[in-house]
Amino acid sequence: MSSDDSAVLAHGLVKRFGDFTAVDGIDLEVKTGEVFGVLGPNGAGKTTMLNMLATLLPIDEGSASIFGVDVAKNPHMIRQLVGVTGQYASVDENMTGDENLRLFGMLLGLSSKQARTTASELLERFGLEEAADRQIKNFSGGMRRRLDLAASLISRPPLIFLDEPTTGLDPRTRGQMWDTIRDLVKEGATILLTTQYLDEADQLADRIAVIDHGLKVAEGTSVDLKSQVGNSTLYFRLADKELVPQGAAVVEAVLGETPQITPEAAGISIALPDPNRAADVLIGLREQNLEITAAEVRQPTLDEVFMVLTGKPTDSGDGDEGDDAREVDRSDSQGGATRE
Amino acid sequence: MPEKSIAAIRKEVLLVSNLIIPASERQLRARPTPKETFTESAAMGWRALIKMRRNPEQFFDVIIQPFLFTAMFAYIFGGAISGSVQDYLPIVITGILVQTALTACMATGVQLREDMDKGVFNRFRSLPMARMAPLVGPMTADVLRYAIAATLTLLTGFLMGYRPGGWFWGVAAGWVLVVFSGWSLSWIFAWLGTVARSAQAVQGIGMMIMFPLTFLSNAFVPVESMPGWLQWFVNINPVSLVISAVRDLMNDGAFTMQVVWAVVGCIVVIVIFAPLAVRSYSRKV
Ligand SMILES: Nc1ncnc2c1ncn2[C@@H]1O[C@H](COP(=O)(O)OP(=O)(O)OP(=O)(O)O)[C@@H](O)[C@H]1O
Ligand SMILES: [Mg+2]
Repeated sequence: MSSDDSAVLAHGLVKRFGDFTAVDGIDLEVKTGEVFGVLGPNGAGKTTMLNMLATLLPIDEGSASIFGVDVAKNPHMIRQLVGVTGQYASVDENMTGDENLRLFGMLLGLSSKQARTTASELLERFGLEEAADRQIKNFSGGMRRRLDLAASLISRPPLIFLDEPTTGLDPRTRGQMWDTIRDLVKEGATILLTTQYLDEADQLADRIAVIDHGLKVAEGTSVDLKSQVGNSTLYFRLADKELVPQGAAVVEAVLGETPQITPEAAGISIALPDPNRAADVLIGLREQNLEITAAEVRQPTLDEVFMVLTGKPTDSGDGDEGDDAREVDRSDSQGGATRE
Repeated sequence: MPEKSIAAIRKEVLLVSNLIIPASERQLRARPTPKETFTESAAMGWRALIKMRRNPEQFFDVIIQPFLFTAMFAYIFGGAISGSVQDYLPIVITGILVQTALTACMATGVQLREDMDKGVFNRFRSLPMARMAPLVGPMTADVLRYAIAATLTLLTGFLMGYRPGGWFWGVAAGWVLVVFSGWSLSWIFAWLGTVARSAQAVQGIGMMIMFPLTFLSNAFVPVESMPGWLQWFVNINPVSLVISAVRDLMNDGAFTMQVVWAVVGCIVVIVIFAPLAVRSYSRKV
């Protein structure tokens, strides 16, 4: 059942909390050396799934193995193979950065001298030297995240779990985190990461699984997923709400597809087979004398991916996150260009 | 410019030194060895000591209580129970020694519970470390607290005129017994800490256990003055056992069977509650 090159192999993972099924039979295969992204909205079951694989939660049903080692039977071995960076920083607030890393080093079997060296190496690598002697409670969110990741690398683990590594980071810090993750991959790490942002999965992951309500709704490379959604999306807003049906009719006439009416007043969005077709739609609107107040061509948001994949919007679909992701996309466009 | 390039070179060196050890080159152990368990517990103890240094206010109870209780109990009950404060001291000092140790180990359980709710415990659970280390480490570091409490109680007693008949070795042996029983009884509160929902719950349940155990004992009054049915409980109360043993050592300098029973009692507590605590801790999510 296990192919030799798979880092993670899971079948039918189930986790229930009382009557509620948080993870509902997920299959997962992560190949050694790849970055695998798990994409899903709040409450999709991403953290729960990672926690089961990291031996932090018992697996209710199904089976999982990591580098051929059974997760349920050999938790102690799994913990030697996986470095976990949880969604919420798991470092000691009352200790300094240096003390934290030394403690984890000693807990991983380093002598106190080795632990000291490793700690200072990692602090330097993550640009935390000046903060080495500061207590974590005085760290910024970005510094915490970096320290947390540094702590997960002490054991030099071949497999690294990153649970929403960039949620809450500003665009620049997020770009740095992405670079760090790419460096880790270059050095041979396999990475399983979760995210709420399509563009993050797009930037980093070789393959992506989209999950919602504990179920896997799609899997593939970002190119696969995007081809289901359209490489870009045209979004425009009409000046007059009453005219939305006419606007939708124009889109349908030009592109032959029914657009999505977004929850915002008078907003219409449509996936484009080719970004240049946006002009055709806008010309169509002008010909009908339909006035617009805003228009943009952009990458599809997670919301739109879900809309297409599941036929319904995400429960938590709020515009803020989409905006956030777009902003990063613009600021990091060079980084984006380096990927094929 | 030169500074920058040195940093860049260092980074290169770090990048080349293999940051990742592939799964195939690892020797996986199925469980921690005793040696690992020991060093990991020591590391967790080190963490506890750092935290104590950062929050010295957690020493308030073990610093204030010995002075306050010793003086209060001696002056209030001394005349009534033993005829004079002087005659009461051998009874009350030994009683308070054990009582403060017990209060301090309740605090151990409360703090452990509080600590376990913090994010860093998620990391401890994800590391290949012995499941008992996060309990043994801080509990052992708390021996420092029991030692402070015991020492200060004795000092207060000496100042008030307590002259133990057991002289140096008797007092030293009693001191060791008090500290050891503090450590072993703290396993009860550690177990409570792993099963209770919150630190407040540990505090509440702890109080409910503590008060009957200390006051329904021979700590402050002679057992003979109590009604018969109460004497029965007082005599099997493990706290009475430890107090009698401490009295034998400190006041008479005698190594009696009471001492043996007290040590056996402490070991029984460890044997029962340590596995319970470790098991419920490792199940905790
Ligand atoms: N310990 C628990 N007890 C009860 N329900 C839980 C528990 N942990 C998670 N859940 C529920 O399981 C579902 C999945 O949660 P999970 O944390 O895995 O989601 P997520 O995909 O990580 O979301 P987010 O993006 O917000 O981190 C949620 O509905 C959550 O309320
Ligand atoms: Mg989560």
